[in-house]
Amino acid sequence: MPLHRFANPGRFMRLADRLLPWTGGLAVLAIGIGLVLGLFVAPPDYQQGESVRIMYVHVPAAWMALFVYTCIAVASAVSLIWRHPLADLAAKASSPVGAAFTFLALVTGSLWGKPMWGTWWVWDARLTSVLVLFFLYLGHMALMTAFEDPARGRKAAAVLALVGFVNVPIIKFSVDWWNTLHQPSSVLRLDGPSIHPDMLWPLLAMAVGFKLYYVLLLLIRIKSELIEARLRALGRAAMTSAPAPAPVAQ
Amino acid sequence: MVGAALSLAGRDLRLALRQRSDAGTVVLFFVLVASLFPLAIGPAPNVLLRIAPGVIWVTALLAVLLSLERLFLADFEDGSLELLTLAPTPLSLLVLAKCLAHWLTTGLPVILAAPVIAVLYGLEADAFAPLIGAMLLGSPSLSLIGAIGAALTLGARRGGVLVPLLVLPLYVPVLIFGVLAVDAALAGLPARPHLLLLGALLLAALPLAPIAAAAALRQAVE
Amino acid sequence: MTLFEGRDLDCVRGERQVFAGLSFAVPSGGALVLHGPNGSGKSSLLRLMAGLLKPSRGHLAWDGRAVADDPDAHRARLQYLGHLDAVKSVLSVAENLDFWASAQGDGAAGVAAALERTGLAGLAEVPARMLSAGQRRRLALARLFVNRADLWLLDEPTVGLDEDSIGRLQAGLADHRRAGGRVVVATHTALDLPKAERLDLSAYQPPEDAGLEPW
Repeated sequence: MPLHRFANPGRFMRLADRLLPWTGGLAVLAIGIGLVLGLFVAPPDYQQGESVRIMYVHVPAAWMALFVYTCIAVASAVSLIWRHPLADLAAKASSPVGAAFTFLALVTGSLWGKPMWGTWWVWDARLTSVLVLFFLYLGHMALMTAFEDPARGRKAAAVLALVGFVNVPIIKFSVDWWNTLHQPSSVLRLDGPSIHPDMLWPLLAMAVGFKLYYVLLLLIRIKSELIEARLRALGRAAMTSAPAPAPVAQ
Repeated sequence: MVGAALSLAGRDLRLALRQRSDAGTVVLFFVLVASLFPLAIGPAPNVLLRIAPGVIWVTALLAVLLSLERLFLADFEDGSLELLTLAPTPLSLLVLAKCLAHWLTTGLPVILAAPVIAVLYGLEADAFAPLIGAMLLGSPSLSLIGAIGAALTLGARRGGVLVPLLVLPLYVPVLIFGVLAVDAALAGLPARPHLLLLGALLLAALPLAPIAAAAALRQAVE
Repeated sequence: MTLFEGRDLDCVRGERQVFAGLSFAVPSGGALVLHGPNGSGKSSLLRLMAGLLKPSRGHLAWDGRAVADDPDAHRARLQYLGHLDAVKSVLSVAENLDFWASAQGDGAAGVAAALERTGLAGLAEVPARMLSAGQRRRLALARLFVNRADLWLLDEPTVGLDEDSIGRLQAGLADHRRAGGRVVVATHTALDLPKAERLDLSAYQPPEDAGLEPW
């Protein structure tokens, strides 16, 4: 991906620099509010006691797992159809973040499962689908870096992301189908029938905070990708202009 | 157009026959791995019967996976793939032809060997028809979905390890419906809903997977 | 008289710009010979003309219409010969050619004639694994004569060929052009191509600071 094809890296860098402090500040604020409300203000659950507070991390993380994958699929479609180079970079920057949220959802789900079910892991339909989603993320990340030419990796990963996105609902359906046949409703559902407003507000604050945090990471990671591409271009220019291979850094 | 696709399938079959490699190795792998489970788990008939559908399906999945890497690799390395992408026939149709040849040389032999494994695990005769039916409906999907993974990893540094990582999560629905069809038959329940779902997966994969694989192949020869 | 032309083409491989601002035109019956040192982008230009690569800037046109608008029609009128011979070792010479005859069109009738033209008629039933490198190259060249295509894109067609085979290739090229076909060839061997145009790719090397515009 040559630098001259970036719609305008300079403009993106300036925009990113302007947005960074705001997204960062708002993310800290929203997550702070969410944590305070969730850990201290919200009431303990009458059945689950204090352990219900894991929900304020677990549920938004699980939402993010799907949200980020959707973002990757959209970015991949944009990159394949309109060949917009920033979309490629956005997809590349997103997948480790999404994988981390998915992993967080799995770990918190497991931690929550211990007091609830007495074991760390239960083949619950939701946990299982999230696990498969985690594998999809890992495949995306592995394919992205599997080629000598980074551009080929990004394009291949874009196709994979779209294929995966089409498959996510099918996988979800099949796992639900499998679960209902194997474990007929003996598992306690993770979410209660209705949710009390005192529990809803911290949940929403955390969800907004996680999304802002994602945007923050996205901006930083795209910025560093652009800088890296520029460094590589500078390195090549130094290689071709100097008679002997000269050190890139000056 | 169809003639070109059929001649490609015919060529692949002829190559497979002359090299006598794939079909035999895949079946051997299938039977070998399936017969490891009783050694690991123990010979209790009720346990073996309980795990039989799962073992047969997972092993079949792995056997197909084993042969996937080579689906496009030879054509990629000797330059045939470039020419195929330049042929007047739509590339997705050619991918479909290659999947057909792949299924005939891996999926079908595995299906033919499945009853042997079923006998070894003491599966009742009633369950044979659903097992074969489910494999007939499910295994073409394995070839089709696998083609996407094989195409995406062409030219990758570690193609062989990468294909399972990309493809196995996408195999989950086929595995689930395939096993449930046999489980249902064993429990005296109708296998039909699961078979229909397998058929639906196949109908979705037939047009979509070749398009995705064709896009990946064009990237690979760029 | 139709014209195959490219205007203002930029090509990028990996992250490196190979050439920039390149234009060419090949009329019906014309020949274009690509020159330039290794790495100057001769193969890339041929792949770009075939549609295997997309130009990062500029466009190709056939008879005034953009090639990108109808890639299927473009594929149907070209024959590409790359570095690789696309020969399957376990198939016989005739089987190899038969396959490409039906995969690339409906040229099954031309197989015998194509083998004759490339001097492979006596080897038709021999498995391709027995062929020498030069004979494999001739088998790859035989594809050109099986299905009639207007545009031949040849990347180093003479690699491994003996003098006799080069003569046969030249005769084939002359016949092709007489019938209105056109050819673009990258070669280090002197091929006798009357009235061929030369395109020197070293004239289109990108400036050293390409891709380093100020931010």
